[in-house]
Amino acid sequence: MATDSTLTMSTPLTAVRLVPTDAFLRRRHLLDRTMRVVLFLAAAVSVLVTAGIIYVLVSESVKFFAQVSIWDFLTDTQWTPVFQDKHFGIMTLLSGTLMSTLIALAIAVPAGTILAIYLSEFARPRVREVIKPFLELIAGVPTVAFGYFALLFLTPIFQKFIPGLATFNLLVPGIVIGIMILPYIVSVSEDAMRAVPDSLREGAFALGFTRLQTGLRVVVPGAFSGITAAFLLGMSRAVGETMVVAVAAGQQAKIAGNPLEGAATITSYIVQLSMGDLPHDSIAYLTIFAAGLTLFLLTFAFNLLAFWLRRRYREAY
Amino acid sequence: MNRAVAPPPPTVTPSHAVTPAEVTYRAQVEDLNFYYGSFQALKNVNLAIADRQVTALIGPSGCGKSTLLRCFNRMHDLYPGNRYEGKIQLHPEDMNIVGSNVDPMQVRLRIGMVFQKPNPFPKSIFDNVASGLLIRGIRDRAVVAERVELALRQAALWEEVMDRLSQSAYGLSGGQQQRLCIARALAPNPEMILFDEPTSALDPIATARIEELIDELRNDYTIVIVTHNMQQAARISNFTAFMHMGHMIEYGATSEFFTNPQHEKTHEYITGRFG
Repeated sequence: MATDSTLTMSTPLTAVRLVPTDAFLRRRHLLDRTMRVVLFLAAAVSVLVTAGIIYVLVSESVKFFAQVSIWDFLTDTQWTPVFQDKHFGIMTLLSGTLMSTLIALAIAVPAGTILAIYLSEFARPRVREVIKPFLELIAGVPTVAFGYFALLFLTPIFQKFIPGLATFNLLVPGIVIGIMILPYIVSVSEDAMRAVPDSLREGAFALGFTRLQTGLRVVVPGAFSGITAAFLLGMSRAVGETMVVAVAAGQQAKIAGNPLEGAATITSYIVQLSMGDLPHDSIAYLTIFAAGLTLFLLTFAFNLLAFWLRRRYREAY
Repeated sequence: MNRAVAPPPPTVTPSHAVTPAEVTYRAQVEDLNFYYGSFQALKNVNLAIADRQVTALIGPSGCGKSTLLRCFNRMHDLYPGNRYEGKIQLHPEDMNIVGSNVDPMQVRLRIGMVFQKPNPFPKSIFDNVASGLLIRGIRDRAVVAERVELALRQAALWEEVMDRLSQSAYGLSGGQQQRLCIARALAPNPEMILFDEPTSALDPIATARIEELIDELRNDYTIVIVTHNMQQAARISNFTAFMHMGHMIEYGATSEFFTNPQHEKTHEYITGRFG
């Protein structure tokens, strides 16, 4: 019993003063403190894992940059770490990554925004309940399946319409990555739009706005920070996407200028190299970490940008 | 109910007594019933809204006064399951506002509304006021700028915001935001403005400014205002309508209404015995 007094059925509300015992208070306090430590440890694990990954990336990259100058790394236009004549121009892989990401965003940003506006402002609840699970299904498909979908299904179809489209190319994987990141963009930006209070919608309708005008002129500006965050989240996913480009974009490391041709990306290069057995401490092995660090810095920059935009444009209605 | 023990009615003097002979009517509610799904919120309501006068709707919580107000611009159409029966005739052309053949958007283009909580759009001060003009297809920037200024002046906000028109509306105080919302409603020159407890979220000073403003707007606009505050109704309205449980109990000139209520329920309400 938590108190010195006993409480039975039919005791009048004011008859007994419920004074907690010291033991009861101590138990509460102890539980509170224990939970605080447990929860802190749970939070600390995620920080430690991230710190560990950064430590490995940076320490191995330091060994790499002891042998290759940063200038060469950034300006060389060839990437041949396993050849006799070694070149380490990251721009080759980076351009492949950026090209596929841009194509993905060109698909996913307009489609995702339109779909999010539709779901948040136009769709009846029942329609929304049907569409959203389908979108989540897309997010659940293994990416390697998307890779073969691009290589074996879409690319042959596209080749009928686009002469000069190579079997391994950046265009089709880019489009497929766009489809892959669509659910993330739709779901995050739709959440942001639905968080815009109905009082703003009522204000717009009361002024004579149509549904579309309310969506475009009031809801989208109101959800701007969330929508931007959705784009950048999708971008981070597109940059880091591995299997689709590894399967369907080819392995050739070169400056990617033409989306109809294949090119390696940072991620597909890492996969390719990881599959061979390279001696540790060989320069080729170290390139994995230098490439990985580049990728990390790229997504980190996007996340920072997202964080900044959220803060800058967050609306307190 | 023994009326002998009732406290005396509040000694409020309506400032704008108008004799019915001078009045023309802008809108007429006729046998209006309204249903939220199966719940009937308005029961056979009749009410005439005087042209370029302030009509106050008062009554205890849940009496249907906001529901009635939101019939005037068809706000109920935004949510599924709501149903109107009866008429709200908008004069002079006798359009039935709640008629199923009338496009709610068309009604809202003619009748403006100011809400309980200020709800400026996440845009600049200027863009907030301009928004009603832009969606009406007015694109000439000089015309828009002029009307925005006129609306802000009429809402007694111009002096305070003229130097920061391009800044976010969320930087304004609550009272300023509410006046901005009034300016936003005024800019397209509506035929009628609906106020839904416009001062309930504001402090007394901001409230006084809004009341002054409504007092001036009566010269140009037909105003219907829902208020919780009987003193406010007495101060700013020409006509008062008292509602209870979805029924229109009594309505008339505000001066008569507060000094000589005809109905028992009205008397009880304005003397503070329930509500």
